[in-house]
Amino acid sequence: MARKKKGLPALNSSSMADISFLLLTFFLLTSSINTDLGIQRRLPPPSDPNVKPPEIHKRNTFTVKVNRADKILFDGQIGDINGLKDRAKEFLSNPSNLPNLPEKTETEIPLIGKYEVSKGVISLQNDRGTSYDMYFKVQNELTAAINELKDELAKSRFGRDYLNCSDAQREAIDKAIPTAISEAEPKNTGGK
Amino acid sequence: MGRFKKENSKDLPPLSTGSMSDIIFMLLFFFMVITTMRESTLFVRVNVPQGSEIQKLEKKSLNSYIYVGVPIDERKFGSAPRIQLNDQFAEVSDIKAFIESERAARDEVDIPFLTTTIKSDKDVKMGDITDIKQELRQVGALRLMYAASRRVKDTY
Repeated sequence: MARKKKGLPALNSSSMADISFLLLTFFLLTSSINTDLGIQRRLPPPSDPNVKPPEIHKRNTFTVKVNRADKILFDGQIGDINGLKDRAKEFLSNPSNLPNLPEKTETEIPLIGKYEVSKGVISLQNDRGTSYDMYFKVQNELTAAINELKDELAKSRFGRDYLNCSDAQREAIDKAIPTAISEAEPKNTGGK
Repeated sequence: MGRFKKENSKDLPPLSTGSMSDIIFMLLFFFMVITTMRESTLFVRVNVPQGSEIQKLEKKSLNSYIYVGVPIDERKFGSAPRIQLNDQFAEVSDIKAFIESERAARDEVDIPFLTTTIKSDKDVKMGDITDIKQELRQVGALRLMYAASRRVKDTY
């Protein structure tokens, strides 16, 4: 009697699906389609040399200078980046209406009503030799100051964070606390 | 008759799961390929600064990128920071043409909402960035974003 030839037994491939599922979930979780994060700004339109810039009263400006050694100067002295946010907040809000801090104009804003909008402008000056990192940190701190003020207003008026407000509410807050950061025309001090 | 009929013929035949792995593998490859795609190959080393107040970009399709940094291939292109537009090195004067071509590629309604993202390395000096910003002002591309990553620590 001829013996029947045995073939190889079929490989059990049912666990293959599990393995590939594992791989799939791994890649799904670990890979994020890279989202872009950053600080958004609006550049001023090109300046016209014939038009004089409007005079801004001294009390309404807060000058922050960053030099080529990445040192910060505000209030006429070398400052620390950790103190910049609080100083900027104080300047922009002027809580006790001090005469040396910016004036305010009462404006009618929908949803908020009468609100005293600060006329203060933060003027940021940097050197060509300033590192981008330092410049960004300063921008970040100034943005933090404005964002905190917005949050405080949103909490007191609408009872929630700025981010959780509706679009109309946000627009009202943006009007009440404008992003008043002006960048001076670049200067080149002390060579490159 | 009915001799060869098995008794439990009413039961469903077992579902063949052999092709399951193929389907999943296809999905896997799809995700693997999709996630490694980039807008353009980087020729410059970009290590963006970190910040706490950063926000997400709303519309990615209305965005054009300017990369600034030291060339990756330093021996070939030198160690001075360079600008990269699309897939090649560029000079500041090329930005005008770049923005115009970006505008031409979009709908006319979307043009005011076009944002330029500056992805610059930390160590680049502000002189280079200022030149770019001045150029953007001249062209009228005023919406700007400084790319950054989220800061983990809370203090400097």
